[in-house]
Parts: sequence; structure tokens; C-alpha cells
Amino acid sequence: MDWQFFLEVLIGGLLAGVMYSLVALGFVLIYKASGVFNFAQGGMVFFAALTFVSLVERGVNFWLAMVITLAVMVVLGVLIERIVLRPLVNQPQITLFMATIGLTFLIEGLAQGIWDAQVHGLDLGIPDVPVKVGAINISQFDLFASATAGILVLALAVFFQKTRIGRALRAVADDHQAAMSVGIPLNHIWAIVWAVAGFVGLVAGLLWGSRTGVQFALTFTALKALPVLILGGFTSVPGAIVGGLIIGASEKLAEVYIGSSIGLNIGTGIENWFPYMLALLFLLIRPEGLFGEKRIERV
Amino acid sequence: MQNAMTQSESAPKPEPAPFLSINNIEVIYDHVILVLKGVSLQVPKGRIVALLGANGAGKTTTLKAVSNLLGAERGDVTKGSIEFCGRRIDQLNPSELVKLGVVQVMEGRHCFGHLTVEENLLTGAYTRKGGRAKIRQDLEMVYDYFPRLKQRCTSLAGYTSGGEQQMTAVGRALMARPQMILLDEPSMGLAPQIVEEIFDIVKNLNVKEGVSFLLAEQNTNIALRFADYGYILENGRVVMDGEAKELAANEDVKEFYLGLSKGGRKSFKEVKHYRRRKRWLA
Ligand SMILES: Nc1ncnc2c1ncn2[C@@H]1O[C@H](COP(=O)(O)OP(=O)(O)O)[C@@H](O)[C@H]1O
Ligand SMILES: [Mg+2]
Repeated sequence: MDWQFFLEVLIGGLLAGVMYSLVALGFVLIYKASGVFNFAQGGMVFFAALTFVSLVERGVNFWLAMVITLAVMVVLGVLIERIVLRPLVNQPQITLFMATIGLTFLIEGLAQGIWDAQVHGLDLGIPDVPVKVGAINISQFDLFASATAGILVLALAVFFQKTRIGRALRAVADDHQAAMSVGIPLNHIWAIVWAVAGFVGLVAGLLWGSRTGVQFALTFTALKALPVLILGGFTSVPGAIVGGLIIGASEKLAEVYIGSSIGLNIGTGIENWFPYMLALLFLLIRPEGLFGEKRIERV
Repeated sequence: MQNAMTQSESAPKPEPAPFLSINNIEVIYDHVILVLKGVSLQVPKGRIVALLGANGAGKTTTLKAVSNLLGAERGDVTKGSIEFCGRRIDQLNPSELVKLGVVQVMEGRHCFGHLTVEENLLTGAYTRKGGRAKIRQDLEMVYDYFPRLKQRCTSLAGYTSGGEQQMTAVGRALMARPQMILLDEPSMGLAPQIVEEIFDIVKNLNVKEGVSFLLAEQNTNIALRFADYGYILENGRVVMDGEAKELAANEDVKEFYLGLSKGGRKSFKEVKHYRRRKRWLA
């Protein structure tokens, strides 16, 4: 076995997995806080990336475009809370889930209506060329993406653990009736969560967009996040990260090793279905996911 | 002159002003289930008022009508009014109510299981404007009342004992610096000596911090020992009320709620049968 090649595939897969983690993170945040599986997360990724790239193409400065897009995502989050979630509060989960499916098409249509439906190139100024680390080639862009994701996760962790709002967010995630009883306003908290998920979507959109081009297909990143969520658990931030890494690494390894050993040509797309199969197996063995929160039961 | 009169009149035994006042409220769940059929009660400032009654009588519903947590249960106050310090509060949301000084401690404690005990306490201060120093100071105040919580401050609340969770829930409410706490079944599922400890602390808070309590309890015995006044609720109606001491001495209350009668302890079955035959009218 060629260990150097193996390591290269493994590391490449892990780094690619970070991008899955980012998308999954958006799901986890909203699911934890409001119990809603937000199908529209992929649409939000697309919306953010398209808004950003369209602004830059119209000559807006890179950082200014970033700030504007962020503001747009926050407004979007607040609007979704106001218009969609608040009237549906106390409805069964499936109703909320259906609402987010509707929301997906609305957001996607809105994005394409405001801007356009073309494929946009997005250059973050990081060349996607390999650098040598020891004897191993690693994509410079992947390194950059991982570092960005790492910083984002760290910032979120500090926000959740150390701030008053972050603590209130966790309280709402735990028991929203009790949170109400101590005077935490659920509406504000939900709006904040959606805004934060929008921000995470923006970062994911920029990284994915600069790799694949900003296009409608970005909305399918949402589907890539599903196996990650099943693996990591829908309520766990570390789960989203580790789940992403596992999916990223295993699909690349499967592509290269299993694919070739059973005679499929490389590139025939074992990586398109392998993560789902892995997730399915995982569902059978450990349905709450690797890090899914067990309910603390104690009387 | 008028002033002096009232002063001298009220000086020997100050008659407490009405503080929380529930006037003839009706509560309906899911648009059809009528649960409270005209409940009225008053809590004077600085007092502990017990709301007694069997399981399903409507105690929790009454407290939630005040704290406005009914919405989340698809319940609605369809008649009557609720006033706090002379001001209608029926339309305020829970967060505004907490800011006004009314906090509910829910039945079953409802601690945030994945937060530490100290984090639980801090969430109680969410609506407070005061700076960190002030909140820190109040945290120490809570630890003074509940020394056990200090020892467990870094444990996840979900892994503490039932008594500690009840203390955490009360401490969390205290962090909002309330004038009035709506305390729902604090004794539920706890060993007698822990219940005693918690009620002692409640009394202490009432005396030293001036917090008024509306206390829903099935445990009539202990509630009447610590409360000043009591209301008995049956089937969504107040069927009796009076000074706690009078209630505790009342033969009917002894019969139905304290499980005592002249002939000693009655069996549950007998009590139930008897209850079906005789109804109280307030
Ligand atoms: N969310 C709800 N929907 C419908 N009925 C309810 C709901 N909550 C309570 N009830 C009914 O209202 C009555 C009073 O309940 P509750 O206020 O919890 O009584 P208590 O606290 O005295 O045990 C019970 O008959 C109960 O079944
Ligand atoms: Mg109850």
C-alpha cells in the first residue's frame, strides 16, 4: 500500500469534510434552538453566496459586500422568524418542516429574481494549488477553508459558552417553556439563531461558491449535510464537525479504494451515494448519532 | 387629619394592600375545554398564599394564567381580569411580567438540564439591566439561601437530585429579583425532610427579602403550615378560602385534604366516596 498516497487522500478528504461540517452547523444551530429541521439552510447558503458575488461584480468592495450580505442575512433571519415561525409556533414539527420546504423555494426564487440565474465565478484570492507539507501535497485552498471554519467554530463556541445571549440560546434549546418562565423572549432568541445560521450559511456559501462557482447547485449542499447530521447527531455542534470530517474522509477513501477495487472507474461517483449508505448503516446502529444529546433522565 | 386617622387605624394591625388580584377568570384550552370556571383570589403584599386542591383541580392553570404561559399550551383566558399592583397584566408576555417582578417556578422544576447549576441561576437574570457586579452579588445571595447549590454550582443541573433541582429552580427565579413568585408544587416527588428544608427557605425569603408567594400545592398539610392564607380549588372553582390556621382546623379540610377526621385516618376510598356525596359551596 502506498502510505503517502493514502495520507494525501485522507487529508484531502478531511479538509473537504470541513465544508460539509459548515453546512451541517447551520442545521444544528436552528434545530437545537427551535426544534425545526430547517430544510431551507441550503437555500440560505445559495442566497448568501449569490448576494455577495453579485455585489462584488457590481464593484462593491470585498469587505463592504461581506458586511452588506451579513446584514441581509440577519434581516432575512428576523423576517423568517416574524412571518413564518411565529404564526406557526406550537404547531406540530411536521408543519414547521413543511414550512421550511416552502421557504426553500421562496428563498431560491427570491435570490434568482433579485440577481440572476447564471453561474458566477467567485475568487477569494486563495489559489487552489497544492502546497507540500513534508512529503504530502495539500490543497492550499482546503487549508484556508479549514482554518476559516475552525475560527468560526471557535467564535461560536465562545459565543455560546461565555455570553449572556449564548447562555439564553442554550437555555431555550434545553427547555423553551422554562426559558419563557424566566423571561427569556423566545422571539428574539429565534431571530438571533436564524441570523447566526445565516452567517454560517454565508461563510459556507463563500467557501463552496469559490470552489464550485456560485450557482443553483449550491442549494444541494443541504442534502450533503444530511448524512453528516445523521452521523453527528442533529443537536451537537461537535457532532456536526466530526460528522463532516468522517463523511469527507470516507467518501474520498471509498472513491479511491473501494471504487477501484470493485472495478468502477474513478469519477463514476461512488462518493455521491457512499455517505448516504454510511449514514443508513449508522442509523441502524446508533440512531441518536455519535454525539446526539441523550436526554438526561433523572427524577 | 384623614391621613392621621388611617395611620392610627392601620398602625396596630396593618391591613396589607391588594397586590396580585385575580378576578373571576375563566380559562379554556384548545378552544373547547373549560377548565377554570370563574376563579377569584387575592395575594396581599408580603404574604404567602396557598392554592390547594387535588390533582387536576386547576392550580397550575391558574398560575399559568397569571404568568401568561398558557399560550404555549393553547390555553386562553376568556373572561375576567388579572391585576398586579393595580395594573392589568393579562396582555403582558412572560418576559414583560418578569420585568415587572412576577416569576413562575414551574411544576416539575424544569431546570435547564444541560446547563450547570450556576448557569441556570444566571439565566434567571436575563431580563435584568444591572451590571455584572450586581448580578454576582445576587448570585452570592442565592448561594447564602441555598448553600447546597454552591457546592453543586459546576454540575450539570440534569445530574443533580430532585431537591437540588427544586432549589435551582427557585434560585433561578430569585435572580430576577422578583416581588412575587408563583411556585407550583415544590414538594412534588421529594423526600419529607427536603420538602421541609425548601419550605423553610421559602418562608425565609418571604420574611427577609419580602417576596410574596402564590403557592400551588397538593400537599395541603405542609402548605397550610407555611402559608398565611389559603384557597381550595375544586373542579376549576374556589370552594373555600380562609386564614391558613382556620383552614387547617376546619373539619371538612381535615376530612378531604389532610386525610384526618375525628375517627382517625380515613381510607382514600371512603374519602372519595364521601366527596361525591357532599359538595361545598363557597
Ligand atoms: N394543555 C392542556 N390542554 C387541555 N387540557 C388541559 C391542559 N392542561 C391541563 N388541562 C386540564 O385542565 C385541568 C386542570 O389541570 P391543572 O391546572 O394542571 O390542574 P392541577 O395543577 O391542579 O393539577 C385538568 O383536568 C387537565 O386535564
Ligand atoms: Mg399542577
